[in-house]
Amino acid sequence: MREIEVAVVTQNIKEMCIEANHFLSRDMIDCLHSAKETETNSLGRQVLEQLNQNLEIAGKEMIPICQDTGMAVVFVELGQEVRVVGGSLNEAINEGVRQGYREGYLRNSVVNDPLKRINTNDNTPAVIHYEITCSDKITMTLAPKGFGSENMSRLFMLKPSDGYKGVIDAVITAVREAGANACPPLVIGVGIGGTFEKCAYLSKKALTRPVNEMSAISHISQLEEELLAEINKLGIGAGGLGGKYTALKVNIETYPTHIAGLPVAVNIGCHVNRHVTRTL
Amino acid sequence: MILVWKDIQNFTFYLSSWIGDSMSIKITAPFNKELLKSLRAGDQVMISGVVFSARDAAHKRIHNALINGEELPISLKDITIYYMGPSPAGPGRVIGSAGPTTSGRMDSYTPALLDRGMVAMIGKGYRSPKVKESIKKNGAVYFGAVGGAGALLSKTISAAECIAYPDLGAEAIYRLELNDFPAFVIIDANGTDLYGETTCE
Repeated sequence: MREIEVAVVTQNIKEMCIEANHFLSRDMIDCLHSAKETETNSLGRQVLEQLNQNLEIAGKEMIPICQDTGMAVVFVELGQEVRVVGGSLNEAINEGVRQGYREGYLRNSVVNDPLKRINTNDNTPAVIHYEITCSDKITMTLAPKGFGSENMSRLFMLKPSDGYKGVIDAVITAVREAGANACPPLVIGVGIGGTFEKCAYLSKKALTRPVNEMSAISHISQLEEELLAEINKLGIGAGGLGGKYTALKVNIETYPTHIAGLPVAVNIGCHVNRHVTRTL
Repeated sequence: MILVWKDIQNFTFYLSSWIGDSMSIKITAPFNKELLKSLRAGDQVMISGVVFSARDAAHKRIHNALINGEELPISLKDITIYYMGPSPAGPGRVIGSAGPTTSGRMDSYTPALLDRGMVAMIGKGYRSPKVKESIKKNGAVYFGAVGGAGALLSKTISAAECIAYPDLGAEAIYRLELNDFPAFVIIDANGTDLYGETTCE
Protein backbone atom coordinates (compact mmCIF):
# COMPACT_ATOMS: atom_id res chain seq x y z
CA MET A 1 0.00 0.00 0.00
CA ARG A 2 1.24 3.45 -0.89
CA GLU A 3 0.85 5.92 1.93
CA ILE A 4 -0.26 9.54 1.41
CA GLU A 5 -0.23 12.03 4.27
CA VAL A 6 -3.39 14.08 4.77
CA ALA A 7 -1.21 17.20 5.08
CA VAL A 8 -0.23 16.77 1.41
CA VAL A 9 -3.90 16.62 0.44
CA THR A 10 -4.64 19.80 2.42
CA GLN A 11 -1.72 21.70 0.88
CA ASN A 12 -2.76 20.74 -2.65
CA ILE A 13 -6.44 21.57 -2.17
CA LYS A 14 -5.46 24.94 -0.73
CA GLU A 15 -3.32 25.76 -3.79
CA MET A 16 -6.00 24.46 -6.16
CA CYS A 17 -8.65 26.77 -4.62
CA ILE A 18 -6.44 29.79 -5.22
CA GLU A 19 -5.40 28.69 -8.71
CA ALA A 20 -8.92 27.86 -9.90
CA ASN A 21 -10.30 31.22 -8.79
CA HIS A 22 -7.64 33.28 -10.56
CA PHE A 23 -6.80 31.32 -13.72
CA LEU A 24 -8.97 29.48 -16.23
CA SER A 25 -7.61 26.43 -18.04
CA ARG A 26 -5.94 27.01 -21.43
CA ASP A 27 -8.89 25.54 -23.36
CA MET A 28 -11.32 27.99 -21.70
CA ILE A 29 -9.02 30.97 -22.30
CA ASP A 30 -8.63 30.06 -25.98
CA CYS A 31 -12.35 29.53 -26.37
CA LEU A 32 -13.25 32.93 -24.87
CA HIS A 33 -10.58 34.61 -26.97
CA SER A 34 -11.81 33.07 -30.19
CA ALA A 35 -15.41 34.03 -29.32
CA LYS A 36 -14.31 37.65 -28.91
CA GLU A 37 -12.58 37.57 -32.30
CA THR A 38 -15.54 36.14 -34.15
CA GLU A 39 -18.57 37.77 -32.50
CA THR A 40 -20.21 40.24 -34.87
CA ASN A 41 -22.95 41.57 -32.56
CA SER A 42 -21.59 44.83 -31.16
CA LEU A 43 -22.94 44.61 -27.59
CA GLY A 44 -22.07 40.90 -27.35
CA ARG A 45 -18.59 41.62 -28.58
CA GLN A 46 -18.07 44.32 -26.00
CA VAL A 47 -19.07 41.93 -23.25
CA LEU A 48 -16.56 39.38 -24.59
CA GLU A 49 -13.87 42.06 -24.67
CA GLN A 50 -14.56 42.84 -21.02
CA LEU A 51 -14.40 39.14 -20.17
CA ASN A 52 -11.02 38.73 -21.86
CA GLN A 53 -9.66 41.82 -20.11
CA ASN A 54 -11.09 40.52 -16.85
CA LEU A 55 -9.16 37.25 -17.17
CA GLU A 56 -5.96 39.14 -17.83
CA ILE A 57 -6.41 41.41 -14.80
CA ALA A 58 -7.40 38.49 -12.57
CA GLY A 59 -4.22 36.55 -13.34
CA LYS A 60 -1.80 39.48 -13.36
CA GLU A 61 -3.09 41.20 -10.24
CA MET A 62 -4.38 38.17 -8.37
CA ILE A 63 -7.96 39.40 -8.06
CA PRO A 64 -10.49 36.55 -8.27
CA ILE A 65 -12.03 36.25 -11.76
CA CYS A 66 -15.48 36.51 -10.20
CA GLN A 67 -16.51 37.68 -6.72
CA ASP A 68 -18.61 34.53 -6.42
CA THR A 69 -15.70 32.23 -5.69
CA GLY A 70 -18.19 29.43 -5.39
CA MET A 71 -18.96 26.42 -3.31
CA ALA A 72 -16.01 24.03 -3.55
CA VAL A 73 -16.94 20.84 -5.40
CA VAL A 74 -14.24 18.16 -5.26
CA PHE A 75 -14.16 14.99 -7.35
CA VAL A 76 -11.80 12.48 -5.75
CA GLU A 77 -10.59 9.37 -7.54
CA LEU A 78 -9.16 7.34 -4.71
CA GLY A 79 -6.87 4.47 -5.72
CA GLN A 80 -7.62 1.33 -3.74
CA GLU A 81 -3.88 0.78 -3.29
CA VAL A 82 -3.58 4.04 -1.34
CA ARG A 83 -3.67 4.32 2.42
CA VAL A 84 -4.40 7.83 3.64
CA VAL A 85 -2.46 8.46 6.86
CA GLY A 86 -2.36 11.15 9.54
CA GLY A 87 -6.08 11.87 9.78
CA SER A 88 -9.36 11.97 7.91
CA LEU A 89 -9.35 12.52 4.16
CA ASN A 90 -12.64 14.40 4.34
CA GLU A 91 -11.30 16.75 6.98
CA ALA A 92 -8.04 17.20 5.04
CA ILE A 93 -9.98 18.37 1.99
CA ASN A 94 -12.14 20.72 4.05
CA GLU A 95 -9.05 22.10 5.77
CA GLY A 96 -7.53 22.78 2.34
CA VAL A 97 -10.67 24.69 1.33
CA ARG A 98 -10.61 26.61 4.63
CA GLN A 99 -6.95 27.63 4.14
CA GLY A 100 -7.29 28.34 0.42
CA TYR A 101 -10.29 30.61 0.83
CA ARG A 102 -8.68 32.47 3.73
CA GLU A 103 -5.19 32.87 2.28
CA GLY A 104 -6.43 33.53 -1.26
CA TYR A 105 -8.85 36.29 -0.18
CA LEU A 106 -11.73 34.31 -1.63
CA ARG A 107 -15.33 34.94 -0.63
CA ASN A 108 -17.01 32.77 1.99
CA SER A 109 -20.27 31.89 0.30
CA VAL A 110 -21.52 28.89 2.29
CA VAL A 111 -24.30 28.94 4.91
CA ASN A 112 -24.54 26.25 7.59
CA ASP A 113 -28.21 25.42 7.16
CA PRO A 114 -30.16 26.02 3.96
CA LEU A 115 -33.08 27.54 5.90
CA LYS A 116 -31.42 29.18 8.93
CA ARG A 117 -28.66 30.57 6.66
CA ILE A 118 -25.74 31.48 8.91
CA ASN A 119 -22.43 31.87 7.03
CA THR A 120 -19.85 29.25 8.07
CA ASN A 121 -17.18 31.93 7.47
CA ASP A 122 -14.63 29.54 5.99
CA ASN A 123 -16.46 28.32 2.88
CA THR A 124 -16.69 24.78 4.24
CA PRO A 125 -18.00 22.21 3.94
CA ALA A 126 -16.98 21.28 0.40
CA VAL A 127 -19.18 18.97 -1.69
CA ILE A 128 -16.99 15.88 -2.10
CA HIS A 129 -17.62 13.02 -4.55
CA TYR A 130 -15.55 9.87 -4.15
CA GLU A 131 -14.85 7.22 -6.73
CA ILE A 132 -12.66 4.18 -6.04
CA THR A 133 -10.18 3.33 -8.79
CA CYS A 134 -7.62 0.53 -9.33
CA SER A 135 -4.43 2.52 -8.76
CA ASP A 136 -2.04 3.72 -6.08
CA LYS A 137 -2.80 7.40 -6.67
CA ILE A 138 -5.31 10.03 -5.63
CA THR A 139 -6.59 12.31 -8.39
CA MET A 140 -8.53 15.36 -7.24
CA THR A 141 -10.48 17.82 -9.38
CA LEU A 142 -11.56 21.00 -7.64
CA ALA A 143 -14.38 22.93 -9.32
CA PRO A 144 -15.61 26.00 -7.39
CA LYS A 145 -19.24 26.49 -8.48
CA GLY A 146 -20.91 29.89 -8.54
CA PHE A 147 -24.64 30.01 -7.95
CA GLY A 148 -25.70 32.52 -10.60
CA SER A 149 -25.47 29.61 -13.00
CA GLU A 150 -26.09 26.77 -10.51
CA ASN A 151 -29.51 28.26 -9.68
CA MET A 152 -30.58 27.91 -13.32
CA SER A 153 -29.75 24.19 -13.57
CA ARG A 154 -32.53 21.65 -14.15
CA LEU A 155 -33.28 17.94 -13.97
CA PHE A 156 -35.88 16.28 -16.19
CA MET A 157 -37.21 12.72 -15.81
CA LEU A 158 -38.16 12.06 -19.44
CA LYS A 159 -39.92 9.04 -20.91
CA PRO A 160 -37.86 6.64 -23.03
CA SER A 161 -40.09 7.52 -26.00
CA ASP A 162 -38.98 11.17 -25.75
CA GLY A 163 -35.62 10.12 -27.22
CA TYR A 164 -33.17 12.56 -28.80
CA LYS A 165 -35.83 15.22 -29.38
CA GLY A 166 -36.84 15.10 -25.73
CA VAL A 167 -33.23 15.59 -24.64
CA ILE A 168 -32.79 18.55 -27.00
CA ASP A 169 -36.03 20.18 -25.82
CA ALA A 170 -35.01 19.73 -22.18
CA VAL A 171 -31.60 21.34 -22.66
CA ILE A 172 -33.03 24.22 -24.72
CA THR A 173 -35.70 24.82 -22.08
CA ALA A 174 -33.09 25.04 -19.33
CA VAL A 175 -30.81 27.35 -21.33
CA ARG A 176 -33.65 29.63 -22.43
CA GLU A 177 -34.79 30.02 -18.82
CA ALA A 178 -31.22 30.61 -17.64
CA GLY A 179 -30.72 33.34 -20.24
CA ALA A 180 -28.91 36.42 -19.03
CA ASN A 181 -29.10 35.41 -15.36
CA ALA A 182 -26.52 32.64 -15.64
CA CYS A 183 -23.68 34.79 -17.07
CA PRO A 184 -23.47 33.63 -20.69
CA PRO A 185 -21.51 32.58 -22.69
CA LEU A 186 -22.26 29.33 -20.90
CA VAL A 187 -20.68 25.93 -20.72
CA ILE A 188 -23.45 23.34 -20.48
CA GLY A 189 -22.90 20.09 -18.59
CA VAL A 190 -25.48 17.45 -19.49
CA GLY A 191 -26.02 14.11 -17.79
CA ILE A 192 -28.14 11.52 -19.57
CA GLY A 193 -29.15 8.22 -17.94
CA GLY A 194 -28.46 6.58 -14.60
CA THR A 195 -30.85 7.40 -11.76
CA PHE A 196 -32.07 10.79 -10.50
CA GLU A 197 -28.93 11.54 -8.45
CA LYS A 198 -26.44 9.82 -10.79
CA CYS A 199 -27.71 11.93 -13.66
CA ALA A 200 -27.17 15.18 -11.72
CA TYR A 201 -23.68 14.01 -10.77
CA LEU A 202 -22.85 13.27 -14.43
CA SER A 203 -23.94 16.75 -15.50
CA LYS A 204 -21.62 18.34 -12.94
CA LYS A 205 -18.75 16.05 -13.93
CA ALA A 206 -19.33 16.97 -17.60
CA LEU A 207 -18.41 20.59 -16.82
CA THR A 208 -14.90 19.51 -15.87
CA ARG A 209 -14.11 18.04 -19.30
CA PRO A 210 -12.01 20.41 -21.46
CA VAL A 211 -14.11 22.46 -23.89
CA ASN A 212 -11.91 21.39 -26.81
CA GLU A 213 -12.75 17.73 -26.25
CA MET A 214 -15.83 15.98 -27.63
CA SER A 215 -17.50 12.87 -26.19
CA ALA A 216 -15.75 9.66 -27.27
CA ILE A 217 -19.15 8.14 -28.16
CA SER A 218 -19.98 9.12 -31.74
CA HIS A 219 -23.75 9.66 -31.49
CA ILE A 220 -23.20 11.61 -28.27
CA SER A 221 -20.56 13.88 -29.79
CA GLN A 222 -23.00 14.53 -32.66
CA LEU A 223 -25.64 15.43 -30.08
CA GLU A 224 -23.15 17.80 -28.39
CA GLU A 225 -22.63 19.58 -31.71
CA GLU A 226 -26.30 19.72 -32.55
CA LEU A 227 -27.20 21.08 -29.11
CA LEU A 228 -24.53 23.79 -29.28
CA ALA A 229 -25.83 24.91 -32.67
CA GLU A 230 -29.45 24.97 -31.41
CA ILE A 231 -28.52 26.88 -28.24
CA ASN A 232 -26.60 29.48 -30.19
CA LYS A 233 -29.63 30.07 -32.42
CA LEU A 234 -31.41 31.45 -29.33
CA GLY A 235 -29.52 34.73 -29.75
CA ILE A 236 -29.17 35.35 -25.99
CA GLY A 237 -25.48 36.04 -26.50
CA ALA A 238 -22.67 37.10 -24.16
CA GLY A 239 -24.05 38.88 -21.10
CA GLY A 240 -27.53 38.26 -22.53
CA LEU A 241 -27.00 41.28 -24.79
CA GLY A 242 -27.19 39.37 -28.06
CA GLY A 243 -24.99 37.52 -30.50
CA LYS A 244 -24.02 34.01 -31.44
CA TYR A 245 -22.23 32.98 -28.25
CA THR A 246 -24.95 31.97 -25.81
CA ALA A 247 -22.87 28.86 -25.11
CA LEU A 248 -19.26 27.96 -25.79
CA LYS A 249 -19.61 24.20 -25.45
CA VAL A 250 -21.99 21.38 -24.53
CA ASN A 251 -20.42 18.44 -22.73
CA ILE A 252 -22.51 15.30 -22.29
CA GLU A 253 -21.80 12.34 -20.00
CA THR A 254 -23.98 9.24 -20.14
CA TYR A 255 -24.64 6.14 -18.03
CA PRO A 256 -26.85 3.07 -18.49
CA THR A 257 -30.36 3.60 -17.19
CA HIS A 258 -33.59 1.78 -16.31
CA ILE A 259 -35.94 0.36 -18.99
CA ALA A 260 -38.62 2.81 -17.82
CA GLY A 261 -36.61 6.03 -17.73
CA LEU A 262 -34.58 8.70 -19.49
CA PRO A 263 -33.20 11.11 -16.88
CA VAL A 264 -31.62 14.31 -18.25
CA ALA A 265 -29.76 16.77 -16.03
CA VAL A 266 -28.61 20.16 -17.26
CA ASN A 267 -25.94 21.79 -15.12
CA ILE A 268 -25.52 25.35 -16.32
CA GLY A 269 -21.93 26.60 -16.10
CA CYS A 270 -21.03 30.25 -16.59
CA HIS A 271 -18.07 31.50 -18.64
CA VAL A 272 -15.95 31.29 -15.46
CA ASN A 273 -15.86 27.51 -15.86
CA ARG A 274 -13.20 26.82 -13.21
CA HIS A 275 -11.58 23.51 -12.48
CA VAL A 276 -8.11 22.31 -11.52
CA THR A 277 -6.96 18.69 -11.44
CA ARG A 278 -3.96 17.24 -9.60
CA THR A 279 -2.75 13.71 -9.06
CA LEU A 280 -0.90 12.73 -5.91
CA MET B 1 6.19 50.22 -44.73
CA ILE B 2 4.06 47.29 -45.62
CA LEU B 3 0.80 47.13 -43.77
CA VAL B 4 0.35 43.50 -42.76
CA TRP B 5 -2.97 41.89 -41.87
CA LYS B 6 -2.14 41.91 -38.17
CA ASP B 7 -1.62 45.68 -38.23
CA ILE B 8 -4.98 46.15 -39.87
CA GLN B 9 -6.56 43.94 -37.22
CA ASN B 10 -4.88 45.91 -34.44
CA PHE B 11 -5.89 49.18 -35.99
CA THR B 12 -9.55 48.16 -36.28
CA PHE B 13 -9.40 46.88 -32.70
CA TYR B 14 -8.16 50.23 -31.40
CA LEU B 15 -10.62 52.08 -33.61
CA SER B 16 -13.51 50.00 -32.30
CA SER B 17 -12.45 50.41 -28.68
CA TRP B 18 -12.12 54.16 -29.23
CA ILE B 19 -15.54 54.33 -30.84
CA GLY B 20 -16.83 52.11 -28.02
CA ASP B 21 -15.58 54.58 -25.44
CA SER B 22 -16.87 57.61 -27.25
CA MET B 23 -20.28 55.99 -27.47
CA SER B 24 -20.45 55.60 -23.70
CA ILE B 25 -22.37 58.23 -21.78
CA LYS B 26 -20.56 59.41 -18.67
CA ILE B 27 -22.92 59.81 -15.73
CA THR B 28 -22.40 60.55 -12.06
CA ALA B 29 -24.33 59.17 -9.07
CA PRO B 30 -26.36 60.26 -7.16
CA PHE B 31 -28.49 60.66 -10.29
CA ASN B 32 -31.25 63.17 -10.81
CA LYS B 33 -34.40 61.97 -12.49
CA GLU B 34 -34.04 64.34 -15.45
CA LEU B 35 -30.78 62.65 -16.38
CA LEU B 36 -32.26 59.19 -15.88
CA LYS B 37 -35.19 60.12 -18.14
CA SER B 38 -32.76 60.88 -20.97
CA LEU B 39 -31.25 57.37 -20.95
CA ARG B 40 -32.55 54.65 -23.28
CA ALA B 41 -32.45 50.86 -23.00
CA GLY B 42 -29.29 49.73 -24.82
CA ASP B 43 -27.26 52.86 -23.98
CA GLN B 44 -23.75 52.22 -22.75
CA VAL B 45 -22.76 54.23 -19.71
CA MET B 46 -19.71 54.85 -17.54
CA ILE B 47 -20.86 55.41 -13.97
CA SER B 48 -18.87 57.53 -11.53
CA GLY B 49 -19.81 58.73 -8.07
CA VAL B 50 -21.35 57.11 -5.02
CA VAL B 51 -23.43 53.93 -4.98
CA PHE B 52 -24.28 51.44 -2.23
CA SER B 53 -23.86 47.67 -2.36
CA ALA B 54 -26.63 45.44 -1.04
CA ARG B 55 -27.71 41.91 -1.89
CA ASP B 56 -30.03 39.22 -0.51
CA ALA B 57 -29.48 39.44 3.26
CA ALA B 58 -29.24 43.27 3.40
CA HIS B 59 -32.42 43.58 1.32
CA LYS B 60 -34.24 41.29 3.70
CA ARG B 61 -33.20 43.44 6.66
CA ILE B 62 -34.09 46.73 4.95
CA HIS B 63 -37.44 45.31 3.96
CA ASN B 64 -38.17 44.06 7.49
CA ALA B 65 -37.20 47.46 8.88
CA LEU B 66 -39.62 49.15 6.45
CA ILE B 67 -42.45 46.80 7.44
CA ASN B 68 -41.81 47.32 11.15
CA GLY B 69 -41.45 51.09 10.76
CA GLU B 70 -37.89 51.01 12.09
CA GLU B 71 -35.21 53.52 11.16
CA LEU B 72 -33.06 52.49 8.17
CA PRO B 73 -29.26 52.53 8.40
CA ILE B 74 -29.12 54.57 5.17
CA SER B 75 -31.46 57.03 3.54
CA LEU B 76 -32.93 55.55 0.36
CA LYS B 77 -33.52 58.99 -1.17
CA ASP B 78 -31.86 59.28 -4.60
CA ILE B 79 -29.56 56.31 -3.99
CA THR B 80 -28.29 53.74 -6.45
CA ILE B 81 -27.96 50.19 -5.20
CA TYR B 82 -25.39 47.84 -6.70
CA TYR B 83 -26.36 44.18 -6.23
CA MET B 84 -22.92 42.93 -5.28
CA GLY B 85 -21.12 41.04 -2.53
CA PRO B 86 -17.36 41.43 -3.02
CA SER B 87 -14.60 38.96 -2.31
CA PRO B 88 -12.31 40.18 0.53
CA ALA B 89 -9.85 42.95 -0.34
CA GLY B 90 -6.31 41.66 -0.76
CA PRO B 91 -3.35 43.52 0.75
CA GLY B 92 -3.22 47.15 -0.41
CA ARG B 93 -6.60 47.03 -2.14
CA VAL B 94 -9.87 48.77 -1.35
CA ILE B 95 -12.02 45.83 -2.44
CA GLY B 96 -11.71 42.35 -3.92
CA SER B 97 -13.48 41.02 -7.00
CA ALA B 98 -16.70 43.01 -7.35
CA GLY B 99 -19.06 42.01 -10.16
CA PRO B 100 -22.86 42.04 -10.14
CA THR B 101 -25.04 39.29 -8.70
CA THR B 102 -28.39 38.13 -10.17
CA SER B 103 -30.89 40.97 -9.67
CA GLY B 104 -34.03 38.83 -9.88
CA ARG B 105 -33.49 37.57 -6.33
CA MET B 106 -34.09 41.12 -5.10
CA ASP B 107 -37.32 41.58 -7.11
CA SER B 108 -39.71 41.00 -4.23
CA TYR B 109 -38.09 43.82 -2.22
CA THR B 110 -37.44 46.29 -5.07
CA PRO B 111 -40.79 48.13 -5.54
CA ALA B 112 -40.84 49.13 -1.83
CA LEU B 113 -37.31 50.55 -2.13
CA LEU B 114 -38.16 52.43 -5.33
CA ASP B 115 -41.21 53.93 -3.64
CA ARG B 116 -38.94 55.14 -0.82
CA GLY B 117 -36.62 57.05 -3.13
CA MET B 118 -34.10 54.64 -4.68
CA VAL B 119 -33.55 55.85 -8.26
CA ALA B 120 -31.30 53.27 -9.86
CA MET B 121 -30.02 49.71 -9.56
CA ILE B 122 -26.99 47.96 -11.01
CA GLY B 123 -27.04 44.17 -11.37
CA LYS B 124 -27.30 41.40 -13.91
CA GLY B 125 -30.17 39.49 -15.49
CA TYR B 126 -33.92 39.78 -15.80
CA ARG B 127 -36.42 41.71 -13.66
CA SER B 128 -40.05 40.81 -12.93
CA PRO B 129 -43.03 42.63 -14.50
CA LYS B 130 -43.77 44.19 -11.08
CA VAL B 131 -40.28 45.66 -10.89
CA LYS B 132 -40.56 47.00 -14.44
CA GLU B 133 -43.86 48.62 -13.57
CA SER B 134 -42.36 50.22 -10.47
CA ILE B 135 -39.32 51.43 -12.43
CA LYS B 136 -41.64 53.16 -14.89
CA LYS B 137 -43.87 54.60 -12.17
CA ASN B 138 -40.88 56.04 -10.30
CA GLY B 139 -38.82 57.13 -13.32
CA ALA B 140 -35.94 54.93 -12.19
CA VAL B 141 -33.34 53.02 -14.25
CA TYR B 142 -31.97 49.46 -14.06
CA PHE B 143 -28.38 49.13 -15.26
CA GLY B 144 -26.67 45.85 -16.12
CA ALA B 145 -22.97 45.21 -15.60
CA VAL B 146 -21.13 42.22 -17.06
CA GLY B 147 -21.58 39.21 -14.78
CA GLY B 148 -18.35 37.41 -14.02
CA ALA B 149 -16.12 40.41 -14.76
CA GLY B 150 -15.44 41.07 -11.07
CA ALA B 151 -11.69 41.65 -11.39
CA LEU B 152 -12.12 44.23 -14.16
CA LEU B 153 -15.00 46.00 -12.37
CA SER B 154 -13.07 46.13 -9.09
CA LYS B 155 -10.51 48.37 -10.82
CA THR B 156 -13.19 51.07 -11.21
CA ILE B 157 -13.95 51.17 -7.47
CA SER B 158 -11.70 53.67 -5.68
CA ALA B 159 -13.21 53.51 -2.19
CA ALA B 160 -15.32 51.06 -0.23
CA GLU B 161 -16.58 51.60 3.30
CA CYS B 162 -18.85 49.29 5.24
CA ILE B 163 -21.69 51.46 6.55
CA ALA B 164 -24.30 48.98 7.77
CA TYR B 165 -24.84 45.37 8.83
CA PRO B 166 -21.11 44.50 9.20
CA ASP B 167 -22.10 41.11 10.64
CA LEU B 168 -23.29 40.12 7.16
CA GLY B 169 -19.70 40.06 5.84
CA ALA B 170 -19.74 40.15 2.03
CA GLU B 171 -23.48 40.84 2.23
CA ALA B 172 -23.09 44.02 4.32
CA ILE B 173 -23.93 47.45 2.88
CA TYR B 174 -20.88 49.24 1.49
CA ARG B 175 -20.61 52.82 0.30
CA LEU B 176 -18.66 52.62 -2.97
CA GLU B 177 -16.99 55.29 -5.05
CA LEU B 178 -16.99 54.45 -8.74
CA ASN B 179 -14.81 55.82 -11.53
CA ASP B 180 -16.05 55.02 -15.03
CA PHE B 181 -17.75 51.78 -14.07
CA PRO B 182 -18.95 50.26 -17.40
CA ALA B 183 -22.63 49.30 -17.63
CA PHE B 184 -25.58 49.11 -20.01
CA VAL B 185 -29.08 50.53 -19.58
CA ILE B 186 -31.26 47.42 -19.36
CA ILE B 187 -34.60 48.93 -18.27
CA ASP B 188 -35.05 52.65 -18.86
CA ALA B 189 -37.34 55.12 -17.09
CA ASN B 190 -40.07 54.44 -19.67
CA GLY B 191 -40.06 50.78 -18.67
CA THR B 192 -38.47 49.65 -21.96
CA ASP B 193 -36.50 46.45 -21.36
CA LEU B 194 -33.43 45.63 -23.45
CA TYR B 195 -34.14 41.94 -22.78
CA GLY B 196 -37.64 42.34 -24.26
CA GLU B 197 -40.50 40.68 -22.51
CA THR B 198 -38.34 37.86 -21.16
CA THR B 199 -38.69 37.61 -17.41
CA CYS B 200 -37.65 35.21 -14.77
CA GLU B 201 -40.40 34.97 -12.19
